[in-house]
This record gives sequence, structure tokens and C-alpha cells, in this order.
Amino acid sequence: MSKRPAATETCDPATTSKRPKPPSSVTMALERIQLEHIPPNYRVYGALFRDVSNASFLQTQLLSRNPEFEYAFIDASTIVSRAHLLAAVWNAVYTSIEGNLRTPNVHSEVVASLNTNNNIADGYRRWGITPDKTKDLAVIKILTSSETLPDAEQEKEAEKVWTHLTAQIQGRPAELTNQELAQVTDWQKVRKYYKLNGVPVLDQTKDEVEKRKKMESLAIMGMALRGL
Amino acid sequence: MTEPATEFPPPKILTLSPAHKPILITQGAEGRLYKTPSPFQPNKFCALKYRPPKPYRHPILDARLTKARISSEAKVLDRCYREGVPVPAVLAKDAAAGWMMIEWIEGEPVRVGINTWLGERPEDDAVVDSNQEDETALIDLMKRIGVAVGALHRTGVVHGDLTTSNMMLRPWAEDGLPNGNGSNSEKAKAVAGDVVVIDFGLAMQSQSDEDRAVDLYVLERAFASTHPRAERLFHHILDSYREAFKKAPSVLNKLEDVRMRGRKRSMLG
Ligand SMILES: Nc1ncnc2c1ncn2[C@@H]1O[C@H](COP(=O)(O)OP(=O)(O)OP(=O)(O)O)[C@@H](O)[C@H]1O
Ligand SMILES: [Mg+2]
Repeated sequence: MSKRPAATETCDPATTSKRPKPPSSVTMALERIQLEHIPPNYRVYGALFRDVSNASFLQTQLLSRNPEFEYAFIDASTIVSRAHLLAAVWNAVYTSIEGNLRTPNVHSEVVASLNTNNNIADGYRRWGITPDKTKDLAVIKILTSSETLPDAEQEKEAEKVWTHLTAQIQGRPAELTNQELAQVTDWQKVRKYYKLNGVPVLDQTKDEVEKRKKMESLAIMGMALRGL
Repeated sequence: MTEPATEFPPPKILTLSPAHKPILITQGAEGRLYKTPSPFQPNKFCALKYRPPKPYRHPILDARLTKARISSEAKVLDRCYREGVPVPAVLAKDAAAGWMMIEWIEGEPVRVGINTWLGERPEDDAVVDSNQEDETALIDLMKRIGVAVGALHRTGVVHGDLTTSNMMLRPWAEDGLPNGNGSNSEKAKAVAGDVVVIDFGLAMQSQSDEDRAVDLYVLERAFASTHPRAERLFHHILDSYREAFKKAPSVLNKLEDVRMRGRKRSMLG
């Protein structure tokens, strides 16, 4: 992490994919995600793990509230795009700042935020990690401190998180890019969860790239309008 | 003079990060509109619509009203977007805090595009350039407005405040621009782009001919006062509305009644 120049710490997927291959991908795959309109003492990290084989173990850690596993574990097959995922992350952080969490903590709030209704258990079941089913896992870690962390401290913190994740998750680390996410999206699921079947604007859109952008917007809108 | 920022402190959401100064775009009677970076889309902006608390209203009633209005506008946007009516997508909202963030639409309001097209000629030059070729681009825009309003009404939504300020002209990709030469193509550029309808603060769900006709009447009157020199082209909006929307004929019949009432009212003073 320490060798990465600050300029590449952007959440622009184009930049991310152009990043030169690191000597050891294990040290580089945890990304510091930049979100707007949140205080600088909040730090958001993210990564993707492909072909995960121990989803059952990981979920057990969440259910037993193992304090070492304060993560948002998201079944990446339910994610349309990077912006879709980050919309949920942003919402969880904002909700936490406002003191309006509906779930035990900011990490579970990320998962619940992907839902279009207020049924929390339903949100975990659909978007959260599921034993035997989750093969590709998006991981989000949100950390705060009373003061803005100096760069060196922040790098140490990120390395610690990364070491823990790679030790506990049996899977292939990857980056949270649109390209990677597109390979794992289960469109049938996404269409069902976000009620996208028979939506006129999608039927009217022939261009596949345009259509995906609209599905992204519709998913984000469904989340923003949750419960309405 | 005091700084506007001092007079109108931004909503809390825009003060959480010190990294960006929001740009205040408009300050209306009901609310404010800021341009600010999208929270989770790098290099993109969003429009933040904020309804500040009204000190003259009872706080509980005020909070309830604000929340209902933000929610209602967000719901209408969602409905329109799904149905393929060109509107900005909703990105996030906190109705209790009085704000919602919507997609930033590039380009100028239709009002600006039409006025640029008309140029700075004197007011009494009531007839738009009689050169037929010159008018094509403007007429084309009028037709796109009619199509957009027709699509809106088809979804069962009436806008409530249809004006050329509440429609944006989202530029086409460069290769979509009509080609031509000289000032003619420059003028055409001013009225090029997709019509995107915004500001659903007064919108409601309605399928009634009467409500739809009032929507058209409001647009007609606003158009005549904002663009008096293009008034004689207004019928192109209604013509394309008729083509775009199956139920247009009965709405346009109703529009006659609404106009009549409007005239009577203005005669009575
Ligand atoms: N999504 C958007 N993208 C770009 N510009 C916008 C957008 N929404 C609004 N604007 C600009 O801001 C102006 C004011 O916005 P809008 O009409 O929604 O607010 P308003 O008239 O104050 O609302 P209301 O009538 O509900 O009180 C618009 O005329 C337009 O120039
Ligand atoms: Mg307006």
C-alpha cells in the first residue's frame, strides 16, 4: 500500500484498471474508496474476492458477532456496478453520521441499504453472504476515528485489514471495478430484486451499455426510495 | 453586502466534507438547488434540491410537509424514469432533512436555448425569421417538447409548472449535431439536444383531461410571455403532443375550454 502514490487513490474505475500490476497483488487489492459528502475522519475500504469457498465460515463469524469480523460482506452477484454498491455504502455512512442506523452497525447497514424495502432480514438474505451460494464476495470496511488519520497511520490500518481478510477469506482477490463486477452479476436476480422486469424504459433501450446504465440508475433509485 | 453563504447556510449534508464548496444555482420561494459532486459517482455532479425549514410554519407541520413534498417529488421522478419519460434519476434522499440528490443534467434550460436561437432582435420583430430553412431547428425542438409532454401525460403524471425553465436541453453527442455551415449551424446548436423535464415539485398523478389541459395551458401562457417572438410556433408543440399521445384529442378539446375560462378571468380583471 505504501508505494501507491496518492493520485491513484481514486474511485474512478478507468484509473483503477490502468494501475500497473503490483509486485504482490495481495498487498494492493484493498482499495481506499473516496466518497463525497462524508467527513475526512471516515475511511472506506473495499475489495472483491472471486471464487470464494468458505462463505459458510464467514457468515458464521457475522452471525456470532465476532468483533474481528466487522465487515459488510455482500454477495457480488446482486450488484449491478461499482456505483450501485457505493450508493449503499454512502447511504450507510450517512445514516450512521445522522444517528439513524436501522441495523446494529454501519456494516450491516450497507447490506440493508441495498434493499428497496425496510425488511432487514430480507435484505441480509438477498444481498448478504449466503452459505453455499455466495461465490463472489464484495467486502467493505468502514473505519472512523475522532481525528483525521495521518497517511502513515491510514496505510498501517489498511494493511492490517488486508492481512486479516486474506487470511480469513478463501478466494481470489480482485478489484472492485465495473469490469470485474460485470463478470459476476446475476441479471436474473438483479431484475427480480429491483423489479426490473417489464419496465418500459429498459424495453425501449436497445443499446446494451445504455441499458446497464439505466439498470444501475433504477437500482439506485429503488434504494433511495426505499419504503415509499 | 453580506455573502449569500451567510444569508443562506447550506444544509448540513453539504457541510459534512470540507473538500467541496457547493454551488447555489437557484434560490426559490420553496427551496434551493445546489450543484455539488455526486456522493458516489466520481467526476459526476448531482443536483441537490433542498427545502429549508419555514420559520413561519409550525415546526411539526413544517417537517411533515417538507418530508411529504420531497417524497412525492422523488416518487414522481421514479415513476417517470421507469416509464421512459426523460427526467433526472434520483440518487439519494433524506426527506426528513428536506433534501434529495438527483442526476445533474448537462446543458441549458430550454428557455435559454430558445432565446439564444431568437437572438437579440428587437421585441417588435414579432415574426420569427421567415427563412424556412432557418426555422427547422427551432420547430424540431418544439416537436421534441410536445413528445416529452405527451410521454409525461401518458404515464399518468401532470407536471403542475410546465415552463421552458423547467425543461433542460441535454446536448447530443458531437456527431449527433446537425451539420451545416456558418451562423445557421451555430444557431441550430442552441436548440439541439434531448428535452429533459425537471422540477416536479408541483406534480401529481392524474389522468384527467382537465388536469392535462391545464398543464398545456400553463405551458402555453408561460411560453407566450417568455418567448413572445416565437409564440406563433407554439402550435408545433401541440401538434406533436397530438401525435405522441393517444388521448391527446380530448385533452386538446378541453384546452379550448380552459383557454376560454382564462380569457374570461382576465377580462374580469
Ligand atoms: N437535475 C438538474 N440538472 C441540472 N440543472 C438543474 C437540475 N434541476 C434543476 N436544475 C436547475 O435549477 C433550476 C431550479 O430547479 P427546480 O426548477 O427543480 O427548482 P425550483 O423551481 O426552485 O423548484 P420548486 O418549484 O419545486 O420550488 C432549474 O431551472 C435548472 O436551471
Ligand atoms: Mg423551477
